[in-house]
Amino acid sequence: MSKQEQHWEKSRGLLFMTLAIWFVFSIGIFLFGAEMNEVTGPFGYPLTYWFTCQGSLGIFVILIFWFANRQEKIDEEFGFSERGDD
Amino acid sequence: MMKGNFIDNLPKVYGIYTGGFLAFIIIMSIAEQMGMTAKTIGICFVAFTVAIYAIIGYLSRTAQADAYYVAGRQVPTVFNGMATAADWMSGASFVAMAGGIYFKGYGYMALLVGWTGGYVLVASLLAPYLRKFGCYTVPDFIGTRYGGNLTRFLAVVVLTVASFTYVTAQINATGTIASVALDIPFQYAVYVGLVSILLCSMLGGMRGVTWTQVAQYIVLIIAYLLPVFWISNKMGAGFFPHFMLADEVSRIAELEAQFGFVKNSAENLKEVPKGLAGITKAHSAVNATPWAFISLALAMMMGTASLPHVMMRYFTTPSVKAARKSVGWSLFFIFLLYSSAPMLATLSKLSLIDPSLPTGIIGKSISEVQSIDWYQNWNQANLMFVSDFNGNGTLELNEFFMGGKAVVLATPEIAGLPYVISGLVAAGGMAAAMSTADGLILAIANAISHDVYYKIIDPKAETAKRLVVARVLLVVIGFAGATIAAMEIQGILGSVIWAFDFAMSGLFFPLVLGVWWKRANREGAIAGMALGLISGAGYLIWVRNGGSGFLGITQLTFGIFGSAVSLVAMVVVSLMTSAPSAATQRMVDEVRVPSGKSILGKQH
Repeated sequence: MSKQEQHWEKSRGLLFMTLAIWFVFSIGIFLFGAEMNEVTGPFGYPLTYWFTCQGSLGIFVILIFWFANRQEKIDEEFGFSERGDD
Repeated sequence: MMKGNFIDNLPKVYGIYTGGFLAFIIIMSIAEQMGMTAKTIGICFVAFTVAIYAIIGYLSRTAQADAYYVAGRQVPTVFNGMATAADWMSGASFVAMAGGIYFKGYGYMALLVGWTGGYVLVASLLAPYLRKFGCYTVPDFIGTRYGGNLTRFLAVVVLTVASFTYVTAQINATGTIASVALDIPFQYAVYVGLVSILLCSMLGGMRGVTWTQVAQYIVLIIAYLLPVFWISNKMGAGFFPHFMLADEVSRIAELEAQFGFVKNSAENLKEVPKGLAGITKAHSAVNATPWAFISLALAMMMGTASLPHVMMRYFTTPSVKAARKSVGWSLFFIFLLYSSAPMLATLSKLSLIDPSLPTGIIGKSISEVQSIDWYQNWNQANLMFVSDFNGNGTLELNEFFMGGKAVVLATPEIAGLPYVISGLVAAGGMAAAMSTADGLILAIANAISHDVYYKIIDPKAETAKRLVVARVLLVVIGFAGATIAAMEIQGILGSVIWAFDFAMSGLFFPLVLGVWWKRANREGAIAGMALGLISGAGYLIWVRNGGSGFLGITQLTFGIFGSAVSLVAMVVVSLMTSAPSAATQRMVDEVRVPSGKSILGKQH
């Protein structure tokens, strides 16, 4: 397998992982919205309510930064990262 | 004036700007104490901020194609994040979102999840790869990746349909705010709004829009957060509302149980002015089926990843790496406002319905409510209404009606904040609507000038001529949008949601598969865009004309149907026709690695 193919393989792996986490917090948990709302979540809000107004939103922010860092590491590993800028 | 180049000085420049704006707010509040009228304060706020944007627009003027189309590709990560947040958060987010949450609760909050979750798709599936491609516009990518003028043209069509639907709503919003703040009729206010929008983008194109959007973000976020924190403190709900409103949320649930949701008869509802609504849904309880919630969120997420005015912001970063990070910053800046909207809705609702609070009106006598100053003001503005349906003389929960905009616009006044805050909120709403309208008009005008005029009609055109065409188109599209906005055909929020559905129907899969599926070819892309858009639009027309729809797909989520058709058409047609050329496949390989030259040259 060429260097480029390995790089793409890893990048794709990261994509699937990112999309899996995204799926859980944008779709998965809302399948059980009614049941989850019985539970008290962070700061005392009902759990589903908290996810819709803070939880999922905040997780997406962190997820994107995490993804960006991981992808950068993969690019560096195979020598594909850009030089001289940020 | 300052040493070094403009980019290095950005933190300083915008730091001074923010300080100046805060000083302006303080001066205005002193002026209010000294007896300046509410109307003058409103005019000052809107005129002062718009003048600043116009100056920034003028200073950013340019005669270079890459500065005009992609701001010279040198916008730093964090600033591009702010600009994208302003580009993204429209009049609908600023003025209508808290209202939507106030009235519809959980079912509406699917929009919060959808409009943020979409950025994960932007960051992971598209933005970095399109940045590597080096295109000026989204159709530029489609046209080069799949080849041929027809693909390019279809992409322009989808882009125009989606963005134009969106932009009329934004010009409508600038008109609404300008007409209230400047006290002029809506029909003229729309054009005042339009001129302000064009001042930002005409001379500097993407460069002008970038630097005004950063300035607009600063105004809109201050204008949104300051009242939320102030009201929360004033009500004694907690100094940091986001973490401290659990008691208020449960108190609302308690009051809802106590009052009950009484259904009004159709006859009674006829009295209520158009556009106003009562509280009929629980605040924090789950009041929608999982599919209703998920389908709306999904449509908004895929729409986010297909809207060209957002995508093209990531063409302005210096590198692929910066494009990825920049998506994260965009969402962070959006998060600041979106996580505050439910808190504002909570504070607004509780302050109105809790009889134990001095501002509470439920349970008071109707005549007493009708004599409150703020009630009279907002009743006159057609945003509030009470009526004694059951004839018992006291106001019940089901007898109080409000317009969606009133939650953001009226809550500061109800809570007893000084008028200067209302002026600030008007300036913030104006900034939100203007920045989005600018991004959209520019997206349409650039696609037509670059992709249709330069790439298809006259590939030999000189840069100067191209930029003249781009600017003429900007004005023409702006006026077309304003003319339609002046007719007031649809509401703000409805047309915004449609824009997402149109974009995802026609563009989501052609964009994503262009990067992630090498086998996708020209014929597939043509089928995907054309059939996706046609079937999505067809479904919308069918449902609007009394069609029953299927699978619970409504007129707000028709993009799910459109994009499904687009996916199937694209895969089937691609596999039935020959694979893309070796050159195209090499191009896709190139796009997938950040290093090396971009596919399209710096000047193209």
